[in-house]
Amino acid sequence: MIDIKHLSKYFNNQKVLDDITLHVNTGEIFAIVGHSGAGKSTLLRCINGLEGFSEGSVNVLGQEVKHLNESGLGALRSQIGMIFQNFSLLNQKNVYDNIALPMKVWGYSKEKIQARVDELLKLVGLEAKKFVYPKELSGGQKQRVAIARALTLNPKILLSDEATSALDPNTTKSILELLQEINTQLGVTIIIVTHEMDVVKKVASRALLLEDGKVIGLGRIEELFLRPDEKMMRFLGEDEELPQEGVNIRLFFPSNVSYQPIVTQMARALNLNFNIVWGKLEKLNDHVVGSLVINIDEQNASSITAYLQEKTEVIWEII
Amino acid sequence: MEQSILNFYEKSISMKQVLIDAVIETLTMSLVSTLLATLIGFALAIVLTVTDKNGISPHRYTYKILDVAINMLRSFPFIILIIVLFPVTKFLVGKHTGTFAMIVPLTIGTAPFIARMIEGAFKEVDRSVIEAAKSFGTSKVQIIFRVLLPEAFPSIISAITLSLIIIIGFSAMAGTVGGGGLGAVAMNYGYYRFDGTYIFWTVFILIVLVQIFQSLGDFLYKIVKH
Repeated sequence: MIDIKHLSKYFNNQKVLDDITLHVNTGEIFAIVGHSGAGKSTLLRCINGLEGFSEGSVNVLGQEVKHLNESGLGALRSQIGMIFQNFSLLNQKNVYDNIALPMKVWGYSKEKIQARVDELLKLVGLEAKKFVYPKELSGGQKQRVAIARALTLNPKILLSDEATSALDPNTTKSILELLQEINTQLGVTIIIVTHEMDVVKKVASRALLLEDGKVIGLGRIEELFLRPDEKMMRFLGEDEELPQEGVNIRLFFPSNVSYQPIVTQMARALNLNFNIVWGKLEKLNDHVVGSLVINIDEQNASSITAYLQEKTEVIWEII
Repeated sequence: MEQSILNFYEKSISMKQVLIDAVIETLTMSLVSTLLATLIGFALAIVLTVTDKNGISPHRYTYKILDVAINMLRSFPFIILIIVLFPVTKFLVGKHTGTFAMIVPLTIGTAPFIARMIEGAFKEVDRSVIEAAKSFGTSKVQIIFRVLLPEAFPSIISAITLSLIIIIGFSAMAGTVGGGGLGAVAMNYGYYRFDGTYIFWTVFILIVLVQIFQSLGDFLYKIVKH
């Protein structure tokens, strides 16, 4: 669906995107994550050609973006919807005219536009606000209008640029649920740019982590968040203060075992005491996964690892 | 005694007629000039907005040339501009005095001003709205007419109102160098004949005209602004 290879972009001799390679599969929700200034919005804009790039290749829906002329780019963009942090609605146009605008631009008949706008208003739950102007809407409602507008032309891809960053937590949740609904029911591939880890954990199946224009992580979010490497740990701002003595064993609880009382069972079965020195539970895509670090003196470490290996589905490593 | 009352009566009738004619001339000059200057200013504003370095289709030299030309025209004191434009006016209208002749310098003098005001109105339009329009494949021409123009429309109404009022003032100034209208009346009757009542009435009428047009402009702005 989207194939980016060795993409680099310079801005005033500064490398803002550095050798990025990624593939987005049809029908998935993919997240581009990074702190502000990491280049994530720039990367997103390379996909629909709002930003040019210096090196590499961006292939979207089978077309090489940099080879497209203006009309080719327009045609590609009609298949890619986009939503923004500040909603980007026309303040002088009411909800109906805002949602209708893409179809007007592409010269659809009035009947077709009316039918489509009504359909979309129903999808985003704003039938009652059809002739209201944006200034009378709340932030969440404005983003719903923007989502409806982005879907007007039946796009295959939806790009979301910090779409929930200006919204409160509850509204964020409802917008994310709407995006999930669009993804599963309409089969729209969604790419989300965000700096909010909670957004990524809630909706994305895979994520790309960007720091100073470089990829520092790419993969399924269970892996990224559950078994973060050093870079990822720093990225998330997590510090572990682990004991220097004894052996530290990190346990990962995949979603299928995360509700089982494995640690206490193990303590009873082996009749051993150990120290729990670090731990957390995460909700990723409605799955709960957990991670725990236990500390034990060296002579008992082998019996613990043997137990973990034979009796449980826990993934473990000695650190 | 009878004679002097009659004189007074005749004089006030003629003053009334003079003032009515002058108001019509002032309105003709101002409204026609505003209309023409708005059309020219609008076209210039579009070129400025499009070719600006952050515009939809940046073109440095076009922008720079227009920018300098507009600044040059705007730096002329209006009364000097009228005189400088005498040959142009004569070429276009056939003479360089009178109400219709004054439309030429009024238009040329205020079009750059209106261009700047409308350019400002376009620049106020949120850049992310333009980006959003691009994101669903809107062409450059459509961005101007379907996004920039509707979004900037209330500000453009304000700009035209302001320009009309400035043009009314300028038209009075034009009256002193051969144009008609209230300026000419104030000059010929008030200044040369030293008749204070003419000065009073011309000033009074100008104040009323400006009030009417400003209120009308504000009213229109309220209707179109959402």
